[in-house]
Amino acid sequence: MPHTVMREAVARGLRESLDRDDKTFLMGEDIGAYGGAYAVTRGFLEEYGPDRIKDTPISESVIVGAAIGAAMGGSRPIVEIMTINFSLLAMDQIVNHAAKLRYMSNGQMSIAIVIRTVTGGGGQLGATHSQSFEGWYASVPGLKVAVPSTPYDALGLLRSSVKSEDPVIYAEHAMLYGARGEVPDDWYEVPFGKAAVRRRGTDATIIGYSRMAHVAAEAAETLQTVKGVSAEVIDLRTLRPFDAETVVESVKRTGRAVVVEEAWRTGGFAAEIASTIQDAAFDYLDGPVIRVGGVDVPSPYARRLEAAAIPDAERVVQAMEQGLGI
Amino acid sequence: MKAATTLQKAEVAQYYAQMVLIRRFEEACARHYMQGNIRGFLHLYIGEEAIAVGSMASLAPEDYVVSHYRDHGHALARGMDPRIVMAELFGKSTGSSGGKGGSMHLFDVSRGFMGGYAIVGGQLPIATGLGLAIKQQGGKGVVLCFFGDGAVNQGEFHESLNLASLWKLPVLFILENNLYGMGTHVDRTHAAGRDIYSMADAYNIPSGQIDGMDLETVREAVGEAVRRVRSGRGPVFLEAMAYRFRGHSMADPSAYREQSEVDEWRLKDPIERFRKTALDLDLITPEQIDSINGEASETVAEAVKFAEESPDPDPGALYENVYA
Repeated sequence: MPHTVMREAVARGLRESLDRDDKTFLMGEDIGAYGGAYAVTRGFLEEYGPDRIKDTPISESVIVGAAIGAAMGGSRPIVEIMTINFSLLAMDQIVNHAAKLRYMSNGQMSIAIVIRTVTGGGGQLGATHSQSFEGWYASVPGLKVAVPSTPYDALGLLRSSVKSEDPVIYAEHAMLYGARGEVPDDWYEVPFGKAAVRRRGTDATIIGYSRMAHVAAEAAETLQTVKGVSAEVIDLRTLRPFDAETVVESVKRTGRAVVVEEAWRTGGFAAEIASTIQDAAFDYLDGPVIRVGGVDVPSPYARRLEAAAIPDAERVVQAMEQGLGI
Repeated sequence: MKAATTLQKAEVAQYYAQMVLIRRFEEACARHYMQGNIRGFLHLYIGEEAIAVGSMASLAPEDYVVSHYRDHGHALARGMDPRIVMAELFGKSTGSSGGKGGSMHLFDVSRGFMGGYAIVGGQLPIATGLGLAIKQQGGKGVVLCFFGDGAVNQGEFHESLNLASLWKLPVLFILENNLYGMGTHVDRTHAAGRDIYSMADAYNIPSGQIDGMDLETVREAVGEAVRRVRSGRGPVFLEAMAYRFRGHSMADPSAYREQSEVDEWRLKDPIERFRKTALDLDLITPEQIDSINGEASETVAEAVKFAEESPDPDPGALYENVYA
């Protein structure tokens, strides 16, 4: 099967969408002449022209709001918010409007927009450019949230997002654009609400998403080689809807659960997952559900400090040793 | 209305009827709010009727209207059925949103009434996007975007004016300046003074200020602006000066303004002015006035009856139109 990197998988999905439907257009800051802050849309302006690849002012609120209006008017916008940190400036449009309009209008309209954005830290970009807010959005009824970790999922989830008649937050991790993986030439889609079991195991379940799915897999590998512990790894792929069924089924088999998330541990989406596990699989648990999250500090700039704030495989293993006696 | 009017007799009766309908509707809302049949926030349009009616007169069926939380007048002037609107306010299943929207969130997509929006300024980006869709699809429609003086200090206002002008989108921005953002007078919120319309200059948008309590002025100004916007030359900005005779919402006793100020503005009542001049110019007869007044009261009574008799939403409706 052909290999590609995440950046190319997303670009392929965007090209397909533009090719398949002439009502689809891209809109965002520096996506055209500049080629995209993360180079996802490099070359698009030359291929599709300025009517379909629309550079915007630095005005996140009207970027998202205009996408909502354009969708109401029958266009199919895919917007890029350069990073999820800047999405806070569009919070009103995302949470108060995009997420609500179908419900408030009792189905008279639906808001078919995809908001692509970039999440996560690890690039020493400091406190205002390294955050992970996808979990916040996942708490809002009316938003779908996709968090791909592989090129295969990036393309498959983008296809599902573009087909969605309702708003999608599609969060690409800043440190995963160069991640390689297999992507078939044939058409496939990755549905919302279907987690992937990345590794089968019997002793514990490690749950992650986006870059933390890779950290979870690394921790599972360490556990196997160093301790002979067999850990199952689940990559959530979407947070809303969230595939509780796959998670709970796994934990019932393994009896131990660890949730890994890059966002701050306090009030993180991992807490929601942990709570779901305890509701549905309490009698199967051999210990508390462990959360490994980002340290509760603004993301620091210095390399050593930033690394200490973001979960890694070592911290996952340590937390399992301490919390589960593994 | 001016001495030399361009209005035809048929129009006069129609506009008068629409304004009176809105006035009677809002008065009924106030009564039913006091009786507890309408809950939540209720913002009445009394005093500002000429803006909605005068503006809608220039619209075609394919045009869009985007409103704010004081949206009953816009909804009725755009042709929404008063029964469906009242049922929505009563929270009934027969309401425009099945009781899930409420007073601040009326929608009738079949009439291009794309919603009442209750976050101040939040509707401007959406109106801009509707304009973008029209332009992308080569349509001839325009978007009428209503907002209040409170909205112009929001970032979304500036972002929207800039983008609409930059991309030459077919949007007519109509500022309903009733002098108060909730209870704070514009003199205490606007660094640039009273002439808010001049802010549009910064975005290279043609603009003007009009008497929003004179129907014919509104109709003419909006008509001209709509023609320009429809011709593809980009957005226009109109500031319609007006006054709301009631408080900001039913929860507001209006303690921040003098009764003398309210009384002074009441002398400019848009309905009274229109009626008087129309009678003076023989464009309407006293019999017609009586008949229209009677019909409006009857229509509103029917709307209330319909709302009262309609069933509450089924509990299962809670989960309808939820997808994630």
